[in-house]
Amino acid sequence: MGKSNVSLRGKHILGLEDFTPDEIEMVLLTAREMKNIIHRDIKKVPALRGKSIVTLFYEPSTRTRSSFETAGKYLGADVVNITAGTSSIVKGESLRDTLLTVEAMGFDAIVMRHKEEGAAAYAAKVVSHPVIVNAGDGAHAHPSQGLLNLFTLLDHKGHLKGLKVAIIGDILYSRVARSDIQGMRKMGIEVHLAGPRTLLPRFLAEEPGIFVHDRIEEAIEGADAINVLRIQLERQKAGLFPSRREYARIFGLNQERLKLAKPDALVLHPGPMNKGLEISPDIAYGNQSVIQELVENGVAIRMALLTLILTGGKNREADH
Amino acid sequence: MKQIIKGGRVIDPANNLDKPLDILIEHGIIAAIGKDIVDEEAEIINAANKIVVPGLIDMHVHLREPGQEAKEDFYSGTRAAAAGGFTRIATMPNTSPSVDNAALIRSLQKQAADTGIVHVEIIGALTKGQQGQELAEVGDMAAAGAVAFSDDGHYVQRAKVLLNGLDYLRAFDKVIINHDEESSLVEDGSMNEGHRSAMLGMKGRPTVAEDIAVARDIMLAEYAEARVHVAHISSARAIDLVRQAKKRGVKVTAEVTPHHLTMTEDCVDLTDSATKVNPPLRTKADIEAVLAGLKDGTIDAIVTDHSPHAEEEKDREYALAPSGFPGLETAIGVLLTDLYHTGKLDLMTLISKMTAEPSRIFALDGGTLATGTPADITLLDLNHEWVVDPSDFYTRGTHSPFAGRKLKGRAVLTMVSGRVVMRDGKIID
Repeated sequence: MGKSNVSLRGKHILGLEDFTPDEIEMVLLTAREMKNIIHRDIKKVPALRGKSIVTLFYEPSTRTRSSFETAGKYLGADVVNITAGTSSIVKGESLRDTLLTVEAMGFDAIVMRHKEEGAAAYAAKVVSHPVIVNAGDGAHAHPSQGLLNLFTLLDHKGHLKGLKVAIIGDILYSRVARSDIQGMRKMGIEVHLAGPRTLLPRFLAEEPGIFVHDRIEEAIEGADAINVLRIQLERQKAGLFPSRREYARIFGLNQERLKLAKPDALVLHPGPMNKGLEISPDIAYGNQSVIQELVENGVAIRMALLTLILTGGKNREADH
Repeated sequence: MKQIIKGGRVIDPANNLDKPLDILIEHGIIAAIGKDIVDEEAEIINAANKIVVPGLIDMHVHLREPGQEAKEDFYSGTRAAAAGGFTRIATMPNTSPSVDNAALIRSLQKQAADTGIVHVEIIGALTKGQQGQELAEVGDMAAAGAVAFSDDGHYVQRAKVLLNGLDYLRAFDKVIINHDEESSLVEDGSMNEGHRSAMLGMKGRPTVAEDIAVARDIMLAEYAEARVHVAHISSARAIDLVRQAKKRGVKVTAEVTPHHLTMTEDCVDLTDSATKVNPPLRTKADIEAVLAGLKDGTIDAIVTDHSPHAEEEKDREYALAPSGFPGLETAIGVLLTDLYHTGKLDLMTLISKMTAEPSRIFALDGGTLATGTPADITLLDLNHEWVVDPSDFYTRGTHSPFAGRKLKGRAVLTMVSGRVVMRDGKIID
């Protein structure tokens, strides 16, 4: 496929806007192999033995942090976790100083989550040796989530180009939505966004392949997949929608609306879910839902990313 | 003590003058202006191949005193001004504490006299503590010499408070300068609201926030028959509102910054807060509207909004860094490079917006080369090529969005009341 010159070794993973379609394909291919490892009885390979990874989380997280940690450990790396609440960060240490401290300990990769957009890119500028992996920067990007969504779509549909995906809910504050948009457009997927207009950013649909709708029914119609985003309760307090009840009635995904999509449409949700608000429980656990699968695929994608940025995945290519 | 500025091309917009002339200065006052002035006793300042203009005036800077001396003070700020060709600057009151009483005005005037090397005008706070609730003692401050009043940095959210200010200040003939961005629409946004902010997930500051604020201020100024000055205008729609208001005789004036004339939201790089500023860098269409407004007189003055911050404040996450950057030392270079050398703006208009016009808005006695006025004079070299390097700055502010830019043209001599305070970019103490 002419990809011998594609390498992610040493590349900071900041957002999918920095990826070429070839690079995305390489991650997805590598993740396929990693998924096989997860299915083994002994889930441990020495690909990253001797490498050290730190997760530096300024925001709470269950699945993303533990997913990266698990991915690193399956590959034999040493993984250390730093969370904001239990570190010098509470003493007012600047992000720059924390990063330099972490760098001085010799970590090869820093997996970072931060509430400010661009924090991971800023970190990449501050450090010289470690590779930065953005595990979420404000509403900007969550590249590993975007990649695992692509991986899951590819797994089920066999191809990505020409698919139609609906993303519904709180687009305004969603880094998942933005990484989906960036990644899906690179791979030739048509992206349809819908939700209350108060939760949809203006000026988004200025590029080809992005469509914005007032009603979620319009976005869902004929879709191959629906990614339902989590609604934060703070949004209602900020006056962006009147009530949970009304949100569920007008913008929640229920069976009736799901029927507008293709019969084999997949339902995704990045979690954690508010069941009965943005998604009805019967869909969350129904046969079109791939929500649990996303968690497993997330570990595979993160194993692929860590391998590719820390070793270039040379061993894998030699096997072919 | 006599000096002759000899052989330069003199541009004095206040007198619509653009001619090769000599200027004779006696005891810090312009004594004569004419062809081939000879005086055996005078020191000769060679201005061959230079443009001789009235000392540049910047009616909107932040010198940060009192309380924020890590960012800037009168010593460093006035040296930055002289380095950039400015002989007179007006400093904003959003300090800690705010400059909202006559005692502070007087203490800053003394500080300027003791540590400054250019003229410093003090702008007083419009409201107590710049809280936007009650009028500060503006009459008292006006008597102490405050040149204008402003809550700059903050929008005067309550219309009644601004109306009170407009009414009350008529007795003192001082202008109110307003930072026009409707607060609830900008909140803690860090950049222009547009396609870029949408893709980056950044909270935006929409142009409509500026538009409705400008519209309200125009309406109130019209109603009160009072003067209002719009600070750092940046939105195409707001400029049109000012244009229409001026046509029907509203006493509104407006200023623009070099960055809003030359940079767009595309310059925003989240790894460097140098481009973070309020109002934010807008779009290409806004830049074009700003330039059109400058040319047709809708926009009266060019100001730098010089807003230095300490290195550690700016070197951090974009949204958490304070807004603003130093501008005094880059302004004339940027304007000559991007507006004059590109043919977008003629020299007479450009200089007018930095001399005669601000002088008129503040009712100052400067901004001209007329005989009998203080010898505040700047020499420009239109063809001097240089690269912006913040480590060369006299200001304490470091992060400049113009860092690394190659510029053509700069101030090469600054004279304040007959004293040469800067020559070839170096301050003479």
